[in-house]
Amino acid sequence: MAATATDSRAQQDAHPSGDERFALLDKALKRARFEQDQLVELLHTAQEVFGYLSNDVLIYLARQLRLPPSRVLGVASFYHLFTFEAPGDHICTVCLGTACYVKGAEEVVEGTAQALGVPAGQTSDDGRLTLWTARCVGSCGLAPVVVFDGTVLGKQTTDELVTHIREVFAAEDAAAEEEEAG
Amino acid sequence: MAKVIDLDDVAVQEAEARSRYRWRVKVCSSTACDASGAGPARRAVEHSVEEQGLEHDVQVVPTGCMGLCSAGPLVRAEPRGGQATMFQQVDPQVGADIVERHVVGREDLSQHQLDENLPFFTRQERVVLSNAGRIDPERIEDYVAEDGYRALVTALRMRPRGLIETIEASGLRGRGGAGYPTAKKWAMLHDAESDQKYVVANGDEGDPGAFMDRAVMEDDPHRVLEGVALAAYATGASKAFLYVRAEYPRAIKRLEQAIRTAKRQRLLGKNILESDFSLDVEIRTGAGAFVCGEETALLASIEGQRGQPRMRPPYPTERGLYGKPTMINNVETLANLPDIIRRGPEWFRGMGTRVSPGTKVFALAGSLQHSGLIEVPMGLTLGEIIEEIGGGCPNGRTFKAAQTGGPSGGCVPASFRDLPVDFESLRQAGSIMGSGGLIAMDDSVSMPEVARFYMDFSQDESCGKCAPCRVGTLEMHRLLERICAGAGTERDLALLEQLTRTVRETSLCGLGQSAPNPVASTLEHFRDEYTALLRNEPVGVAHG
Repeated sequence: MAATATDSRAQQDAHPSGDERFALLDKALKRARFEQDQLVELLHTAQEVFGYLSNDVLIYLARQLRLPPSRVLGVASFYHLFTFEAPGDHICTVCLGTACYVKGAEEVVEGTAQALGVPAGQTSDDGRLTLWTARCVGSCGLAPVVVFDGTVLGKQTTDELVTHIREVFAAEDAAAEEEEAG
Repeated sequence: MAKVIDLDDVAVQEAEARSRYRWRVKVCSSTACDASGAGPARRAVEHSVEEQGLEHDVQVVPTGCMGLCSAGPLVRAEPRGGQATMFQQVDPQVGADIVERHVVGREDLSQHQLDENLPFFTRQERVVLSNAGRIDPERIEDYVAEDGYRALVTALRMRPRGLIETIEASGLRGRGGAGYPTAKKWAMLHDAESDQKYVVANGDEGDPGAFMDRAVMEDDPHRVLEGVALAAYATGASKAFLYVRAEYPRAIKRLEQAIRTAKRQRLLGKNILESDFSLDVEIRTGAGAFVCGEETALLASIEGQRGQPRMRPPYPTERGLYGKPTMINNVETLANLPDIIRRGPEWFRGMGTRVSPGTKVFALAGSLQHSGLIEVPMGLTLGEIIEEIGGGCPNGRTFKAAQTGGPSGGCVPASFRDLPVDFESLRQAGSIMGSGGLIAMDDSVSMPEVARFYMDFSQDESCGKCAPCRVGTLEMHRLLERICAGAGTERDLALLEQLTRTVRETSLCGLGQSAPNPVASTLEHFRDEYTALLRNEPVGVAHG
């Protein structure tokens, strides 16, 4: 089995940055008993907690697991699901699996990118929307499929998707205005 | 120590509890139906039951996938001892109608009623999916009431060798793609001498267009666990890993919950059912790398490394996880085990063909009237699956080809409609069974474009360890792009064919060796489309 760091570094004081999210990561580290073979699981936790994997977080994991940082970055960059840049407030993932592709998902990506001014794989300048593509989300019976903020939307057309996103934005704007006014 | 579960007791209690209700209304709560609005539909049904004061008469059961995802959300109303009725496209209004008009008023809701005599349902034979869409996957009692964990009880009274002989007699072959005899793999791990052996359930269903394993894990998690326990007992493994792709959060949640419950009931963990057999089960999450479906890459990923394959031999059954003997079985393979043990190998051999016994689950998608999840006996013809079960192509389109096996498979043309769908026949037709994605394509699709689509996938997913795959798939994709854009030459086509052979013969692992398949099969069956593109003539009509 992989080596285990026996000292209880996680029990030391909070992270020097004062960022409480590290406490969540520490909990996961402890649960994983600092085992090096749990790296992928811990990267998942880190991304869930922080939204993406910054250099700080990667180095922190490397130290805690007693792994060279190159190994941690090497593993993280190997897998598609890990991201190293902060995504936008909303994440829209268009499935480009075969069933979706056959039903015109590529046009949905291109159309949405154009309508909302966000190139596929990137985040809008205002940081509001990230447009990603996925290989298959496994809901092929509903192709083309889009996952918007974790909710699966089936049988999507460009128009439907763009309208949906604009509605979400409009509702947010209205709520923000109300808050300001109130 | 926790008390051992009394399966008879639980089954009797569950049957009694069920018989107290006059109606059971099952609402499909799978990922696909959820996306179509199953959540609000279920709340409407529940609300309506409450409003009518029928809580003691009508039980609302959230279930897994009922199969016909394209018609979702699906609901099935089952009267005690009577004929059940299935409903499609159930929105909140229809949900309320099902209770108020169908259950109470005994009215027909013809518009939303779904005929269960459709070939989509009648041509199926459900083993692996027998509980999917019928039980509440989050309750172990539901699984036990369907004879769950009985096979484990039987197996623990047998010698491990006897269990392997039973599986050998059944002729079960691995459902992950290659069709390797399961008993042979088991015997190898059984015979390996080591202080520690591992069993790994491969739930890293990476083929785009495939969601069979997802359904099994989400809709019947205890079946997977029972299968894992059977495999571990037969081979002498004391630790099992379930490797599940991160894109399936619900499958992970359900399995985690099922493991906890099974442990509490002494069906997993230490001294299972008070025997000497102990099994620790742990879930490991993938992170979006197709190559991790390859067994040595999968093992590297479990060890927290880059998911890169290595040379075989040594095979994992000799040197696997942490250098110890390890066996990897696909989730669907494992899910077949409980029924084979319980009902006997002869029963299993009664389905399918002589060399490919049993059933196969397919994710049926693409240009079809009915798409979703099906389980059919092996050897059903391609035409029966596409035209009868799938209902053929919609909008007056003509069926052109079926893609099986994803990026590792190929396209079988419509002229092969009498081809029996089993491991050998598909290979002879230039494709592979793969894990079970089956995508129907109509005459609007350009086949070189399909090949380009898959090559784009393969070059992106190539792990980069060996040059033939890393460079070869990239070059093949470049050539396909040029050809599809109408800028290709005869020389490009010749080079593409040459690369097809080189990449296939010299790549390190299954990903590279099979990546040229979509190109090879479309070149074999649709060469005229490639040559038309060279002449700059249009091929197919994209997404007509």
